[in-house]
Amino acid sequence: MKKILSVLLCMCMSASILVGCGGSKEAAADADVIKIGVFEPLTGANAAGGELEVEGMKLANKLYPEVLGKKVELVIADNKSDKAEATTAAARLIEKDKVSAILGSWGSSLSIAAGDLVKNNKVPAIGASCTNPMVTQGNDYYFRVCFLDPFQGTVMANYAFKQGYKKAAIIQEVSNDYAVGLAKFFTDAFVKLTGDESSIVEVGNYNTNDQDFSGILTNIKEKNPDVIFAPGNFTESALIIKQARSLGITAPFIGGDTWETSEFIQVGGKEVEGAVLSTFFDDTAPANDEAKKFVEEYKKEYPNRESVAAVSALGYDAYILTLKAIETAGSADPQKIRDAIAATKDFQGVTGKITINEQGDADKNTAVIKTVKDGKFTYLDTVVIE
Amino acid sequence: MGLQTFMQHLANGISLGSLYALIAIGYTMVYGILRLINFAHGDIFMMAAYLAFFGMTIFSMPWYVAFIMVIVVTVILGILIEKAAYRPLRDAPTSSVLISAIGVSFLLENLATFLFSGKPRAFPTFETMTYSLDMQGVSVQVLTIIVPIVTLIILFILLFVINRTKLGMAMRAVSKDYEIAKVMGIKINNIIAYTFAIGSALAAIGAFLWGMKYPQVSPLMGVMPGLKCFIAAVIGGIGNIKGAVLGGFILGLAEVLLVAFFGQLTGYRDAIAFILLIIILLVRPTGLLGEKTAEKV
Amino acid sequence: MNKRTKLLLNIAALVVVILFIIIANELFDSYIKRILNLCAIYTILGLSMNLVNGFTGLFSLGQAGFMAIGAYTVAIFTVPIEARSLIFYLKPMNAFLSGIHIPFVPALLLGGVIAALFAWLIGAPVLRLRGDYLAIATLGFSEIIRIVFTNAQTITNGALGIKNIPTISNLWWTWSIALLTIFFMILLIHSSYGRAFKAIREDEIAAEAMGIGLFKHKVISFMIGAFMAAIGGGLFAALLGTVDPKQFYFTLTYNFLLIIVLGGMGSISGTIISAFIVTGGLEWLRFLDEPMSIGGINIALFRPGLRMVVFSILLMIVVLFYRNGLMGQREITWEAIGEFFKKLRTRKTRNAKGGAKVE
Repeated sequence: MKKILSVLLCMCMSASILVGCGGSKEAAADADVIKIGVFEPLTGANAAGGELEVEGMKLANKLYPEVLGKKVELVIADNKSDKAEATTAAARLIEKDKVSAILGSWGSSLSIAAGDLVKNNKVPAIGASCTNPMVTQGNDYYFRVCFLDPFQGTVMANYAFKQGYKKAAIIQEVSNDYAVGLAKFFTDAFVKLTGDESSIVEVGNYNTNDQDFSGILTNIKEKNPDVIFAPGNFTESALIIKQARSLGITAPFIGGDTWETSEFIQVGGKEVEGAVLSTFFDDTAPANDEAKKFVEEYKKEYPNRESVAAVSALGYDAYILTLKAIETAGSADPQKIRDAIAATKDFQGVTGKITINEQGDADKNTAVIKTVKDGKFTYLDTVVIE
Repeated sequence: MGLQTFMQHLANGISLGSLYALIAIGYTMVYGILRLINFAHGDIFMMAAYLAFFGMTIFSMPWYVAFIMVIVVTVILGILIEKAAYRPLRDAPTSSVLISAIGVSFLLENLATFLFSGKPRAFPTFETMTYSLDMQGVSVQVLTIIVPIVTLIILFILLFVINRTKLGMAMRAVSKDYEIAKVMGIKINNIIAYTFAIGSALAAIGAFLWGMKYPQVSPLMGVMPGLKCFIAAVIGGIGNIKGAVLGGFILGLAEVLLVAFFGQLTGYRDAIAFILLIIILLVRPTGLLGEKTAEKV
Repeated sequence: MNKRTKLLLNIAALVVVILFIIIANELFDSYIKRILNLCAIYTILGLSMNLVNGFTGLFSLGQAGFMAIGAYTVAIFTVPIEARSLIFYLKPMNAFLSGIHIPFVPALLLGGVIAALFAWLIGAPVLRLRGDYLAIATLGFSEIIRIVFTNAQTITNGALGIKNIPTISNLWWTWSIALLTIFFMILLIHSSYGRAFKAIREDEIAAEAMGIGLFKHKVISFMIGAFMAAIGGGLFAALLGTVDPKQFYFTLTYNFLLIIVLGGMGSISGTIISAFIVTGGLEWLRFLDEPMSIGGINIALFRPGLRMVVFSILLMIVVLFYRNGLMGQREITWEAIGEFFKKLRTRKTRNAKGGAKVE
């Protein structure tokens, strides 16, 4: 019996190598297909965000299935929210599937992990919602269609200041690069705006998957801030707000784009009413025709969703931007596509105009502020930072 | 820090601690009898939370029906796991059983991710439980009062079962000396199955209350509570039910008080449990209430 | 089989492996090279865990923590100085550390030494504990390391992690270190220390009665294991080019546990084979995560997550029904291979497959 098992496993092993080698032949056979890699977390901690982003990409692929007279095929690789898996997934997309470009990933650290690979293999990658500055830093092959952490933190500080809040408390997910970044830039901007060094009255840290925040919140309650900035994952944030309300904290909560998921409202219930967040996209007031089309089609495709998640919109944008670049380049050659992406100017995406700057980032100076009202994310304001 | 704030911290700590205590009992009972860290306990807890979630939302059961269903199904799950993954290894070295426990935990987590997706879901709660009472500036949820009471009631029931019933006597015998108990005609496998059933039922009750307090279910929700509750059981003296409850309260209070007095160290909160564990193991390896047992040769 | 033939066979096997690496480096694309690199790193990490768990019988789950130490040492010291201010953009790097740059190999070794020191520090108290307590205490230690790395922003850049670590893209680094590790392990296991380790595994009390310093040998094994784990972690960091604390969540340790369980607790050749099977198998099973349709109907079963379910079921099957794994405590030796072929010749009808490893 043991022998049979070992033989079986040996066969698995050799098969894995065969599968690995066989890939290139396949790719050569169907040259009338252009492959675009989707590099997203579909399992693991980031799965929820990854799924939403893929939804946007799939929808875009459904609406625009062809470019240069060739069919566009999305090759989806799950990076499992894990860096080691992420690099193999990216290598697989590049080497085995021979994709022309890569989209993703939700979760900046995963994009950073794939950074060296796309750079060394000269395959362009477009991040949809990875907001960490390090993603595109020193990498000519990584681009993104979203704005960055420093921008978002500053936006929320401006919003808080505009509302007349003088004292703020921060609760940050210390094991999350995104939250730490936002908190830092919020602090800088808020201190500068208020001119008061001690305007941040309390900083609380928590770890991913924590469920009890009563300690931090009790400390904050004592300091009695005007507003609480709590960038982090939507699940923990919803719990934080719920627990804050049950402790009798009445100060409003503000946060970042990660909150904009239906789970945030489901978990948070009526307690998250009035929570304010900044995001990339407003589905109730589409900015252009493309956006209108996107929202309509999205609602048709996913009738059960209450609203369109911004990351889905960004996923959609990443796809159509890539398609446009392939069209401009007139070829599926990764290098040419890369140059076309880098030269993107005033591209009409559903999240607004996209111009790619030297860093490889989308030059965006507008953020949408939304609030939770009657169990829905509703448009509140548009903030422009020069 | 004002008195009010301190009282609030204390209330928070007790409410968290009593949840830890509830789950820690399950660990301690299994360990007492099998000398096995049931790594899967936290994941049984997670499964129970999902069952409760599906029962109350998709099948829209009233909470008491769901409650009973969850307990029954979780108990069956616990017994099945014992039968499939631990019973075949009864004569194997400890490390094999431990690996099997880790394997079961790994399997349950992956299965939950596959079946229910990684997305967290909102656990249904009701007003009467989450309503906040204001006691002179200290906000206390109804649930916060109920959980310690439930924990203490369960503690007394279990103490009664263990000290006063035949089943309890058999459990004590098995935990004291496995071989002799066998010789005395005790059906070891049955006793172990009963222990798993009780442990799983407690995990189910814990999951229900946990879900009410932290209304969110996800495939990995059992990992940290699982580890922490095991630590609570060790602090109190593993194998000792009163110890598990004591350990749970100590851990809950320690975590909250760290945040209360050292606000800047809140990021290190999860480390506290492990540091406490290492200290306890060094100073008093048998835990606070544990008896000294000689290493069997 | 006499000593000379064995030596010749060993050298021949080594030459074959080196030839394979040369060919692989030239012919294979970066995807396969990456998997082969991972195989080598997993071999090192599997061996390190097997030394402690399999050969010495200490159930330690601290692998992820020691790996983190090695990975971060390499990351902190090998990142180019000019890139550091960009990486530590939230909080500047500790002034003392930010000026120090160490080449890759010394940084790797330094990581190993630091990890071994930590192993000594925590081993002194923790190794006195009984089996399962040791497991949970070492697991706790690895979590503490991760939490400290998350919070010590001026040294580790916190949750942001460190990128721009000079990467290794060929097979030489990982494979030569893996070969060295294998060679070292064989020597160690056959030395008096190795025999003492095994004696402790079999029966602590008997071993002590034989005059083996229990504690001393446990600490030595633990320290060597930590050293090797940190080397593996350092290579891992250099392969990925980036590290962050989340990578070193304690469940990472389970991967290596799986490797040694599958390969056989206490078998070097088993660990090597199983490191390849696990790494290759995880890649190969990827098709399970992709939607599959038979006759135009999508089978709902094939969706992301199935791969890990299948993988954990496989683990359970091994644990429950093949408790000794592939090799148990046996090794593939030239004698065994000789025997195998002899048997094959006498009973030609039998059809089986086997691999050869240096012994």
